[in-house]
Amino acid sequence: MLQQIEGSQAVARAVACCRPEVVCAYPISPQTHIIEAIGVLVRTGELAPCEFINVESEFAAMSVSIGASATGARAYTATASQGLLYMMEAVHNASGLELPIVMTLANRAIGAPINIWNDHSDAMAASDAGWIQLFAETNQEAVDLHVLAFRLAEELSLPVMVCMDGFVLTHAVEQVDLPEQGRVDAFLPPYAPHQFLDPADPVSIGAMVGPEAFEEVKVLAHLRQLDALDRIPELAAEFEEIFGRPSAGLVGTYRTEGADTIVVALGSVLGTIKDAVDERRRAGQRVGVVGITTFRPFPTSEVRSALAGARQVVVIEKAFRAGGGGVLSGDVTLAVQDSDVGVHTVVAGLGGRPITRRGVESVLGSAARGELEPLSFLDLDNAVIEHERARVLSASSPGPDGTATVRRRPPPVASPVGEAP
Amino acid sequence: MERPFAITLDVGSSHANRTGSWRVERPVYVHRQPPCNGACPAGEDIQGWLYHAESGDYEAAWRLLVETNPLPAVMGRICFHPCETSCNRAQLDEAVGINGVERFLGDLALEHGWALPGAAPSTGSRVLVVGSGPAGLGAAYHLRRLGHAVHLVEAAQQPGGMMHYGIPAYRLPRDVLATEIQRIVDLGVELELGRTVTDVRRERAAGSYDAVFLAVGAQLARRIDIPAGDSSRVVDALSLLHGVADGDPPQLGRRVVVYGGGDTAVDAARTARRLGATDAVIIYRRTRSRMPAHVEELDAALAEGVTVRWLSTVDSFSGTRMTVERMETGDDGAPRPTGEFEELDADSLVLAIGQDTDLSLLGQGTSLTVEDGVLALTPTMMTSEPGVFAGGDATPSTRTATVAVGHGARAARGIDAFLAGRSNPEPTPAAPATFDRLNTWYFADAPRTRRAELEQVRRQSTFDEVVVGLTEDNAVFEARRCLSCGNCFGCDNCFAVCPDNAVLKLTSAGDYEFDYDYCKGCGICAHECPCGAIDMVPEEI
Amino acid sequence: MTTTPVHFYQVGSYAAGNRLVGEGDRTVQSGAGRTNALDSGHRACQGCGEALGARYVLDAAMRSCDGQLMAVNATGCLEVFSTPFPETSWRIPWLHSLFGNAPPVATGVSAALRVKGRTDVRVVAQAGDGGTVDIGLACLSGLFERDDDVLFVCYDNEAYMNTGVQRSGATPPAARTATTEAVGDSPGNPFGQGKDLPRIAMAHDIPYVATATVADLHDLEAKVERAMEIRGARYLHVLVPCPLGWGSAPSDTIELARLAQETGIFPVFEARDGSVTSVSPIRCRQPVEAYLSRQRRYAHLFTDPPRQDVIDHIQAIADRNIARYGLVGSDAPATDGEH
Repeated sequence: MLQQIEGSQAVARAVACCRPEVVCAYPISPQTHIIEAIGVLVRTGELAPCEFINVESEFAAMSVSIGASATGARAYTATASQGLLYMMEAVHNASGLELPIVMTLANRAIGAPINIWNDHSDAMAASDAGWIQLFAETNQEAVDLHVLAFRLAEELSLPVMVCMDGFVLTHAVEQVDLPEQGRVDAFLPPYAPHQFLDPADPVSIGAMVGPEAFEEVKVLAHLRQLDALDRIPELAAEFEEIFGRPSAGLVGTYRTEGADTIVVALGSVLGTIKDAVDERRRAGQRVGVVGITTFRPFPTSEVRSALAGARQVVVIEKAFRAGGGGVLSGDVTLAVQDSDVGVHTVVAGLGGRPITRRGVESVLGSAARGELEPLSFLDLDNAVIEHERARVLSASSPGPDGTATVRRRPPPVASPVGEAP
Repeated sequence: MERPFAITLDVGSSHANRTGSWRVERPVYVHRQPPCNGACPAGEDIQGWLYHAESGDYEAAWRLLVETNPLPAVMGRICFHPCETSCNRAQLDEAVGINGVERFLGDLALEHGWALPGAAPSTGSRVLVVGSGPAGLGAAYHLRRLGHAVHLVEAAQQPGGMMHYGIPAYRLPRDVLATEIQRIVDLGVELELGRTVTDVRRERAAGSYDAVFLAVGAQLARRIDIPAGDSSRVVDALSLLHGVADGDPPQLGRRVVVYGGGDTAVDAARTARRLGATDAVIIYRRTRSRMPAHVEELDAALAEGVTVRWLSTVDSFSGTRMTVERMETGDDGAPRPTGEFEELDADSLVLAIGQDTDLSLLGQGTSLTVEDGVLALTPTMMTSEPGVFAGGDATPSTRTATVAVGHGARAARGIDAFLAGRSNPEPTPAAPATFDRLNTWYFADAPRTRRAELEQVRRQSTFDEVVVGLTEDNAVFEARRCLSCGNCFGCDNCFAVCPDNAVLKLTSAGDYEFDYDYCKGCGICAHECPCGAIDMVPEEI
Repeated sequence: MTTTPVHFYQVGSYAAGNRLVGEGDRTVQSGAGRTNALDSGHRACQGCGEALGARYVLDAAMRSCDGQLMAVNATGCLEVFSTPFPETSWRIPWLHSLFGNAPPVATGVSAALRVKGRTDVRVVAQAGDGGTVDIGLACLSGLFERDDDVLFVCYDNEAYMNTGVQRSGATPPAARTATTEAVGDSPGNPFGQGKDLPRIAMAHDIPYVATATVADLHDLEAKVERAMEIRGARYLHVLVPCPLGWGSAPSDTIELARLAQETGIFPVFEARDGSVTSVSPIRCRQPVEAYLSRQRRYAHLFTDPPRQDVIDHIQAIADRNIARYGLVGSDAPATDGEH
């Protein structure tokens, strides 16, 4: 059912079609429109039976989801950014307890400085939380991935986080083919929990596990995550059968045939990158794109295959680890470690800074010229950086004897890309 | 349900962890001797029969009672209940009214005609019991239960000794006494009345008795010389009480002075009031606090109009006028004369200054050792002559009926052992259940039920019983006030307070067992046991 | 002579049971058929008040709802000693998630039951004082505010015992903990304003708030029973002495709970819809020394000479409790549990 609709509204409708029994959230931009919309659907009875619970924090929201899921109810929540960090203890707990909660993460930067705009810092902060993480490129993908997420979560008894870029997707109105209830029901059977609290069959869930078994618990969780790599393509195929349109799966490729340079990225920025690739292809550069839909578990062999023909890989990431580098690029580097493919990390779009087609094209230009540094920052205002660095370097602080001392020289800043060197 | 590994666990799995290995002390259930039992001269298991009484099983209570004391209806009236004096509950609010419950049980038994436990098959031994007071009756009862033939010889025309001739009917109705005595006689006691044994050794030989129990009491009233005119009416209290018991009371007049401070003096004064005296005055040479009479008896006498002159002695009696010397208490606490005199009107003087034992019946050439006017005894109540036992007022003791009953029981055990040719060590009593072992928080505050008393007017002129028995409700209430010192009574506390569920409850009435597989030895059960029936014992490690 | 029926049963009024009273008048704990929700084999210290309190509460709750009960547990001693892999001591459905989230986890359980039409199944959440008054307070307040259908039970042992006796918001003044050592001029925990969770709960006007101790089983169970008769958010605050953290004899656990009540240090009462409706009067009032001197966490007050100033300060707090709740004398409202 095609409809011109805001991403958040579309996701809310798709989630409602999945018949969650307990929806609990705490408002945070840019997630608010999703839970507002679900709240209305519950109020009007369009989503029933469902308990919609307003709580006092994201920590509580995830905790309510944990309680509900452990009692055998299908549970859903949504958050973003600081909210994810505030619930983080419970995020890890949900996966540790093998509870198939589905959560939408409306990706947003993490402060300080406080910033409500989109990047992937929040998702990356949760990349080791034991959740399956799926990234939507479009609102259609966002909608479809939620339907797939519930099925996947419940089959594997693992929580799934569907990441969609805040504002870029959540607040964008575009045409979406909304899933029909009947098809969703055909794809997603009622929740049959692996374990749940039941007076007729009492168990203790959440035991303390010591050194004698902790590692095994963790490895078993890892292996169950890896099972998703097999299951996701199968489910995507089944999805296509039922819905008549393909679903995103592990990775997506675009014009990678014969490409010697391949850009790897997550989420909505892939659209911009594809436009830039189209431009560069027209200019004769052999470039392509690999979009990662399933970030956790990381589809290493699929990524390796997709990158097999490339000479160099450019990972454009909306997040980075200060003092380290890229997050996604680390996983990509591991995937190609047995080849001589060079991996470059371009950090872009932090805190909502627009990633333009022109910017991506300039990155590809640098790559073509072999001028891309291992780590660079798109559209960085070097003047500001240099000014601030100079100010810090010349700043003095009183030493023990009262005399001003320059403590240390800062390391050189990596060359920015996006402008002529 | 498909259980995830390690994080989800099945019920009951903790049983694999035997926490009993942590223990350094183990709780054990014990039976301690409650102070009432320890104080009872008759050796009653008071706490034991109260346990039955409180559940309303009065017959079981009575049966346990008569295991030791065959005269509960009598004792429930005349015992001075040292059990109550020692009762731990007195430290909480008031002592349990044990005596009242005993009487209730005794009366109930009479009402229902419950029979005493029968005699054992005959042993072939014959025992002569001299005297049918409480000691003699107690011995006869226990000897019969042990299967020995008993020949009970009584000098008086009625059995009962001082219970019949010394204790006024308003304290002990004669039908009650007679019925309880008859119940003992019905066990097959050969009772012979009106014959005085004059020579024990000869009597024993002539009757081929295998053993003898002497319970001849203390029937001789002490006399002192008081200058008195020929016409003065001076009687001793025993004669007075004896005469009243025989229906032939002496003429005392309207103004009666009783000289003495014991229970017999009080009995005499109260009896005088009932015989028509308008003034019944007790003269006692010490202060009230030193008076040997039991305070309840004195209070009852005062309530009936008896008056007391403390710190006074009778100096002389002219027949209508009595001269009394005032005394004072010296530094040593002893009374001493002041030389101050006063006079009062008196028609008669009753002397109640003590009794002695008539040892003439021992016969010539006896080898029985006498000390301080009474028979010396071994711990098994045997005199210096093998096979001759003694008890009651004729032996070293506090002269009360309850002590005498206890003597009878003990002597019976001694005689039984003697006849069997074995030694008979009295069982060592359990360690005492002292007040500090109790956890009194659990005991609800509940004042003691008082026995109703006859209206004052009525009791002044009749020998009707003064103290009325407890109603059933009150008797149960009183029984339930028992703290069950040192003995489990099934309150479930230990079962409830164990943090490790290591106390097993075997029956709903409260039989428990420690589960040492899981008991960590914390000791909460012992601390929270209301009656102190759990000890913590070090583990051997 | 008129008589009244006998209702007095030796210790039947206060002891757990009595062979003479009807089953209905005995405590749940006196019954051989009790659930033993917390089973043998758990690893609580000897004389653990929390182990006792948890079994008391849950067994009573189990009786109130015909065994249709689920429990959510915060991290803490109770959780650690009851469920070390591979052994659990719980005989009822039990879920542990985190330290500070027992309230919302319970809310989630309750919501799931409601959506599934299983409102016959009841939910108890339990936490220690740390999980309740400190790390879990915001969540607990949310549960109260929403009036979620959960009985929340705080087992208050007045410090972070599981981690080695550190101070919590419920640690009383002057008490020694590992983070308020008995050194310096003002040894032990400073005199702050306290964090009176029962009154904080009452400020939410939730239908039922009560305090209790492990010393008065009849009272505790009656409160659980009343709480279970009500739907919505209910709060029960149970004082559970900790031999390890308080430095007391394991056998003294119940005695100390009793003394806490009888000194006025721990007022025992219940409240409905934000107002106190009954208090447990002090039967035998004791000075605070009787309570303090049995615990090594207060040993620094009983030096030679004793710190009378501090003891007096604590006595003043107890006196204020007694006055506030009317715990002594005729102004004390009657309680239901008395016979």
